[in-house]
Amino acid sequence: MLDNLPANPTGIGASILRKEDRRFLTGRGNYVADLKRPGMTFGVFVRSPHAHASLGAIDTEAARVVPGVLAVLTGADLAADEVGGIPCGWGITGRDGQPMKEPAHPALALGKVRYVGDAVAFVVAETAEAARQAADVVEVAYDVLPSVVNVLDAVRPDAPVLFDEAPGNLCCDWEMGDRAAVDAAFAGAAHVARLSLVNNRLVGNPMEPRAAVAEYDPAGDRTTLWTTSQFPHVVRLLMGNFVLKIPQHKLRVVAPDVGGGFGVKQFHYAEEAVVTWAARRLGRAVKWVCERSEGFISDAHGRDHVTEAEMALDETGKFLALRVSTLANMGGYLSTFGPNIPTNLYAPLLAGVYTTPAIHCEVKCVFTNTVPVDAYRGAGRPEATFVLERLVDVCAAELGMDRIAIRRRNMITADAYPYQTPVMVQYDSGDPVGCMDRALEIADWAGFPARREAAARRGVYRGIGISTYIEACGLAPSRIAIRLGARGGLYESAAIRVHPTGHVTALMGTHSHGQGHETTFAQIVSEKLGVPVENVDIVFGDTDRVQFGMGTYGSRSLVVGGTALSKAADKIILKGRKIAAHQMEAAIDDVVFEGGTFRVAGTDRTRSFEEISLSAYVPADFPLEILEPGLEEQAFYDPVNFTYPGGAHIAEVEIDRETGSVRLVSYVAVDDVGTVINPMIVAGQLHGGIVQGVGQALCENAAYDEGSGQLVAGSFMDYCMPRADMMPRMHVETHNTRCSHTDLGTKGCGEMGTIGSPAAVTNAIVNALSGLGITHVDMPASPNRIWRVMQTAQLPQAAE
Amino acid sequence: MQPFTFRRPADLSEASALLAAEGAVALGGGMSLLPVLKQRLAAHAMLVDLSRLPPLQGISATDGVLYVGAGTTHADVAASPVVAGTIPALAALAGGIGDPQVRNRGTLGGVLANADPAADYPAAVLALGAEVVTDRRAIPADAFFRGLFLTALEPGEIITGVRFPVPAAAGYAKFRSPASRYAIVGVFVARGAGGVRVAVTGAASSVFRVPQMERALDAAFTRDALAGLTVPPEGLNGDIHAEPSFRAHLVGVMARRAVAAALA
Repeated sequence: MLDNLPANPTGIGASILRKEDRRFLTGRGNYVADLKRPGMTFGVFVRSPHAHASLGAIDTEAARVVPGVLAVLTGADLAADEVGGIPCGWGITGRDGQPMKEPAHPALALGKVRYVGDAVAFVVAETAEAARQAADVVEVAYDVLPSVVNVLDAVRPDAPVLFDEAPGNLCCDWEMGDRAAVDAAFAGAAHVARLSLVNNRLVGNPMEPRAAVAEYDPAGDRTTLWTTSQFPHVVRLLMGNFVLKIPQHKLRVVAPDVGGGFGVKQFHYAEEAVVTWAARRLGRAVKWVCERSEGFISDAHGRDHVTEAEMALDETGKFLALRVSTLANMGGYLSTFGPNIPTNLYAPLLAGVYTTPAIHCEVKCVFTNTVPVDAYRGAGRPEATFVLERLVDVCAAELGMDRIAIRRRNMITADAYPYQTPVMVQYDSGDPVGCMDRALEIADWAGFPARREAAARRGVYRGIGISTYIEACGLAPSRIAIRLGARGGLYESAAIRVHPTGHVTALMGTHSHGQGHETTFAQIVSEKLGVPVENVDIVFGDTDRVQFGMGTYGSRSLVVGGTALSKAADKIILKGRKIAAHQMEAAIDDVVFEGGTFRVAGTDRTRSFEEISLSAYVPADFPLEILEPGLEEQAFYDPVNFTYPGGAHIAEVEIDRETGSVRLVSYVAVDDVGTVINPMIVAGQLHGGIVQGVGQALCENAAYDEGSGQLVAGSFMDYCMPRADMMPRMHVETHNTRCSHTDLGTKGCGEMGTIGSPAAVTNAIVNALSGLGITHVDMPASPNRIWRVMQTAQLPQAAE
Repeated sequence: MQPFTFRRPADLSEASALLAAEGAVALGGGMSLLPVLKQRLAAHAMLVDLSRLPPLQGISATDGVLYVGAGTTHADVAASPVVAGTIPALAALAGGIGDPQVRNRGTLGGVLANADPAADYPAAVLALGAEVVTDRRAIPADAFFRGLFLTALEPGEIITGVRFPVPAAAGYAKFRSPASRYAIVGVFVARGAGGVRVAVTGAASSVFRVPQMERALDAAFTRDALAGLTVPPEGLNGDIHAEPSFRAHLVGVMARRAVAAALA
């Protein structure tokens, strides 16, 4: 048990400063855009200005004669080189048993363009300026077609159709849960509460825009792609195997320092394939760096659901059944995880922390003339939590019940774990009541009426809102994921290389792009092997250095990768015990390893970790007859279950009655993350996640123009990122239960802030306005939207 | 960004000569021009940097008039004791433009010449009844702003400064775009020798005055004098942040807050 290990100043539970921050804070990070290769050229994409158009002739002559231009490549060139389309990593199955519609996704458009930003040509030149200049004069003949950007419009019978093979723009009509049981429960229910809502479309906007550099080395017939990716091995697999047909051993993918991902960089993008293909074709290194405005129309977007939800209740407020119907926007093509997010990562979360016995969820995945939609921090789980936690408040309001009382009435109690939900997943551990009670205490929920009165005296509406939540992280047992449509495994790998001096290099299949893995994983090694973190380096992001990995997303790095690391450390310890037993002439079972020392139990005979490391490489006194020299071990870990972090978030807001402006005045989060490796990093993950969720709730909205299909919020002038001055000082703490199936008891914490906050903030806003009879406000709760709902609510009163 | 020639003239006559050239454009702090060039929405053969021209510098107050050189940055206006001692509402306005980076680069003259419909300064210039001084003449504020990004400036004409009559009271209130932090609606109210003037920025294609509010405030310079008063939504801007009727509503709210600020 970890609890029995001696205290280690750099081990598990220590809030040490992040090892990587010295590099980042002193400007020594090494990002893809920083790369310079010999003879490097520069590429620029020509992108469609139209949402939907037939693609006519592409006249590249004017571009080719721009001085310095080396190539102007189009979809026809890709086809001639037999380059494959961009694959989707998940294939889901509809309720009719049929596979989803999976239209071809050429890396450069062929025949048609399907969204503003769809790439139609790639210009390569000696300089970035020449490439841009040439891109401006590529003449593309577009025959503009009617477009559709909104899912409600896209499923209408007369809607423009993106793909002939997907009538009605339907990619898949999917369901989960027991429809008959739900129907029966609704038929006999004392009360039914209903809610229609929109989950607004978001643009991830990591600080570092995407970029790629590719190079071909004919000497070894080796291709290298440096890319801003959260999962370089998966890019190697998808791009090498399906798109460019490069054998895996001839393709190296490197994701060096990456400045934020949030999901945006966990997909295999067409640009990566085009840049690599162009570099091989030209025999020159090619660099592409996405501009911010280009990122808005080419980075996969997030969310974008339209949902109807209904809860059946008995007269005491007990939830009997939940019915959810969602239209999920896929955009113009299927991105890597696109169809998985609003289905497998959404419906199973609709149980939340409640005992609702019957749940049915149907999801129609719909093509529209918009940027492809895929995972964005939380990915399906914030959407599910928003539906559920808003609906619970509506239930309370309609039954005249207290919002806390109705939650308490339906909450899974700590003694009920493991808890099997009606939507596939089985929660292993948790204490939602404990999280909620602690959050209520910190937020002084009981004292809220007085604060509301004080605000009213100032002429301000004040509201408080709570959202409980649970998330499923560390996806997932490969066997189950593949049954649900995953086209790859979801294990993780770690290797520990102990050097002769006892210094350690750990090679991880996950990728850190802001999460602080170089510290967290080093702390795990420090704890397990008893070496200080200074003696541990964490390596990741290079397919030539790291054995394999599925990368970082879905809060999986610590729970899946960390477990692999722990298992690799266990192998090191076991081998070390064998060496030590030989040297100390003891039975292996009698040798224990504690705090960096091998000891014959009950004696003072010891060998230090450094001594054993040295003897593994200088095997003078070494059991060569039973052991190989050296000290390096590797472990792959395939999760046995999701992990289920959860918690309760409470937001308090004030609303300016005249302008509709919402000010977030208080935020409390009490979360169950399982074992905490570094409390400071956990708090940082929560802070960042909460701010992103508040951004969705209050200001972020990737608005498209319905007529033209243009992304109206296509720059920071119109797309409103959350800012520091929007946030109060957050109170973040953990209330942890141990995960039963990860080695260290960890559950993950990367997305929870984003999952709990949209509903907490929106519930607070609705609470503030409840005196006006307002029961729901869609996100983002912009001043204009709040003012409009206040106007609408007040009009009937004015008419009286 | 397309290639261009960069020139920094030593005096007004050299600046004028340079600006007479084909494709030349005046550069102040560059806070509006450079983003447009970078996005390749515009291209100019020559940028003529006016920001360091000596005649465009300086802040002074004499005989009830505050003079601010066109090359003065927003940060300098915000921090100026002379401005604070004469028209504190103008200092407050300058201190609320954009963000620190913009305030350290952007200039008064650049803002006025650009005439962005959501810029702050035009509201102050119009409400205070200021005169825009150029290398050729002095243009009254009422004649200066002509529409969307349109002013009375002739080709090559250079703003050298602005003469603001010091009012008895003035206040500015703005409702910022949550994204760009430009004014969705900004209202500047000034009570001067010639009566009260109310100017609105952000709401329409160009800054405009609200005579109805001016009459009400002439009668009683109180917040309550504006109760129920606003402008009709017809002709106002509408975008994803604020529909025209919301902007119309905000004109009333911000005008009342500007009066409150003036009386504070």
